[in-house]
Amino acid sequence: MQDLKTHSEFMLPRRKLLTGMAAAGAALAAPGLVGRAVAQSGDVIKLGAPFHRTGIGAAYGRWYERTAKAALAIINEQGGINGMPVELIIEDDGTDPKRGVEAMEKFAAEHKVDAVFGHLFSHVVAATAPRAGELKMPYFLCSEGHALAAGAFNRYTFQPCITDVKSQISSMAPWMSNNLGKKVTLIYPDYAFGYDHRDNMTAAMQAQGGEIVASIAIPPTETSYTRYMPQIPFNTEVIYHVMVGPGVLTFVKELGEHLGSQRPEIFGFIDSLEAVALDIPQLDYLEGTYFWEAMPRYAQAEQNEFDKFYREKVGVDANGASVDDAKDVSTFSHMFSVWETLFAIKQAMEMADYKGPDQKVAMLEAMESITGFAQSNEFPQGDKVFNGKTHQAFGHQNISKVVDGKLELTYTTSIDETMYPDETDYTQMSF
Amino acid sequence: MNIAPYLLLATLEGLVQASVLMLTALGLSLVFGVMRVVNVAHGEFFMLGAVGAWICATLIPGPPAVAFVAALVLAPLFVGAIAWAADWAILKRIDYNPEATIVATIGLMYIIQQTTLWSFGPNAQAVDAPFYYTLRFPWFGYSTYKFFIIGAAVVLVGGLLYFLRHSKVGLVMRATQFDRETAQNFGISVGRVYSIVFAVGAMLAAIGGVLVVPAQQAHYLMGHDPLLLSFVVVIVGGLGSIPGTIAAAILIGMSDGLLSVFFSPTLAKIFSTLLVALVLVFKPEGLFGKAGR
Repeated sequence: MQDLKTHSEFMLPRRKLLTGMAAAGAALAAPGLVGRAVAQSGDVIKLGAPFHRTGIGAAYGRWYERTAKAALAIINEQGGINGMPVELIIEDDGTDPKRGVEAMEKFAAEHKVDAVFGHLFSHVVAATAPRAGELKMPYFLCSEGHALAAGAFNRYTFQPCITDVKSQISSMAPWMSNNLGKKVTLIYPDYAFGYDHRDNMTAAMQAQGGEIVASIAIPPTETSYTRYMPQIPFNTEVIYHVMVGPGVLTFVKELGEHLGSQRPEIFGFIDSLEAVALDIPQLDYLEGTYFWEAMPRYAQAEQNEFDKFYREKVGVDANGASVDDAKDVSTFSHMFSVWETLFAIKQAMEMADYKGPDQKVAMLEAMESITGFAQSNEFPQGDKVFNGKTHQAFGHQNISKVVDGKLELTYTTSIDETMYPDETDYTQMSF
Repeated sequence: MNIAPYLLLATLEGLVQASVLMLTALGLSLVFGVMRVVNVAHGEFFMLGAVGAWICATLIPGPPAVAFVAALVLAPLFVGAIAWAADWAILKRIDYNPEATIVATIGLMYIIQQTTLWSFGPNAQAVDAPFYYTLRFPWFGYSTYKFFIIGAAVVLVGGLLYFLRHSKVGLVMRATQFDRETAQNFGISVGRVYSIVFAVGAMLAAIGGVLVVPAQQAHYLMGHDPLLLSFVVVIVGGLGSIPGTIAAAILIGMSDGLLSVFFSPTLAKIFSTLLVALVLVFKPEGLFGKAGR
């Protein structure tokens, strides 16, 4: 039996726990209070940022926030937009569709922001975009989903600075089938974003005379992956993987354990390794495999001045990790979109001489009239073509090879290779 | 299709699943059996074990094996202390009332989850396995650490059974489970027994978390699935029945492994949930439980 001594040993942790609980309660209550306090001020441009601070997209949310704050600091240093300072109001949506919609409603009703930007996960976007349309709230995605360009959303929703899955895949599938193989096994997350990959890759490989030998969907909340691996057929020539969620590192580790040295060719979307360090022993097997990157994580030999400027301002080193903590690897192929989107919003607002909601329609029309962005400090990822009808941007895609535990740029597509015929025309919709 | 490699992989995956389930579900079963408390926060104790292992790995220098062994001891003690505190601060106050404890442990679940989110953060964190070696079969490779999970679980469950059968604390626990009032009349401090049982139950879940984390990652939301599966196991095995829980953990773990590999993990989940429904309809005391006392 336990004696009194043992009992008293538990006194300290208990007290600590209670203090912890109280502090947690206060911390949880705080963001709402802060939000309400700033919502009162006038003559500023307020941008709502529903970031994935928690939930399965937390790694992205952390870096989206850092990048947005870095870009915002530059904009305000340069005098804001049309002489007005720009203020960021961040709400955590928990990477949850329901909370994404709630955040949108809060931005519209309580914070009365001028625009909302920065949503990433496509299931959250799918739920939030229709609500943005109903609330007539300009809504800028940083998401990669194809739903917008497919005509599923509305005139208020734009994706000006990150390309969609359809254009990414259609431009890279030819390279993949020419260089790696034609019998492809797809591994993708079991929700909207993954289906974009499945559908577009299947069509693109068939167009190349290739074949999808297996199509493996894995829930993004999964924690253990070995049991999915037997579905990879032995005649696979190329494994194409794209995975998201907190378990991505486990996924790539278990893929390596399963395949060993007799692996087929592997082509991955960098999503499978965003926020994950490449140079760990369990990932040695990735040496010589290929990854898609929107923007190369490792500073390349021929690094340009824009990339340098961007890394310095966001606080990212040449390996794509935080300058403060080399283990804190960024989501480099996604977060530039937040930076660039802020400058795109700025450009549209300046074109429309935006002072407040009265010029909202003019601002949206200005956005639709933009035909592209040139590579610069504001748009460090590269040149972009913007399609005002489909509200979607097109840009260069990069294929990198793992060499000595780092990603080395192997091939960059032209923007023309990424284009496909329009599937919708939002300018025909009324505001 | 050559079926042998699939069968081998399915069996291995099933055994790993069964081992972890055995530990977590035994904790849940023990708490229900002795205290009649349905502990909804059980999955969070599992998560805390995993997070504890990460803290040990971060703070303790040297080879990963040292931190891992330390985590196997320290994390369950830490979690046991939290459970002890929760028992004293919450469950005792509501007099272990069955309905109230369900609501209270739901609250406890959120408190633990949110406190972890606030302190540990929203990111998944990897913990290095104490050893890293992949066993290569002709068709696929398999992490040897997972064999260690199976071995460790068997040893721990064996130890627990021995403790329950042959130690004085075990005897007192079983006496309290069998008849609370008589036990009290014989001078057993039921309150003290409850505190110990709640702590031990949580510690079992925490050990499960420590064992699993090198093969997966620590994340503040990871307690959900183990909780669900533990409930499935405990209901199928018969609430409060220790041998039933062990048998059900093996049944559910193996069927999950086989169905996941040969069909799909989603089907495996459907099957185990369906099994619960069927057991509740046709044999509510569980496959291995005795009819109500």
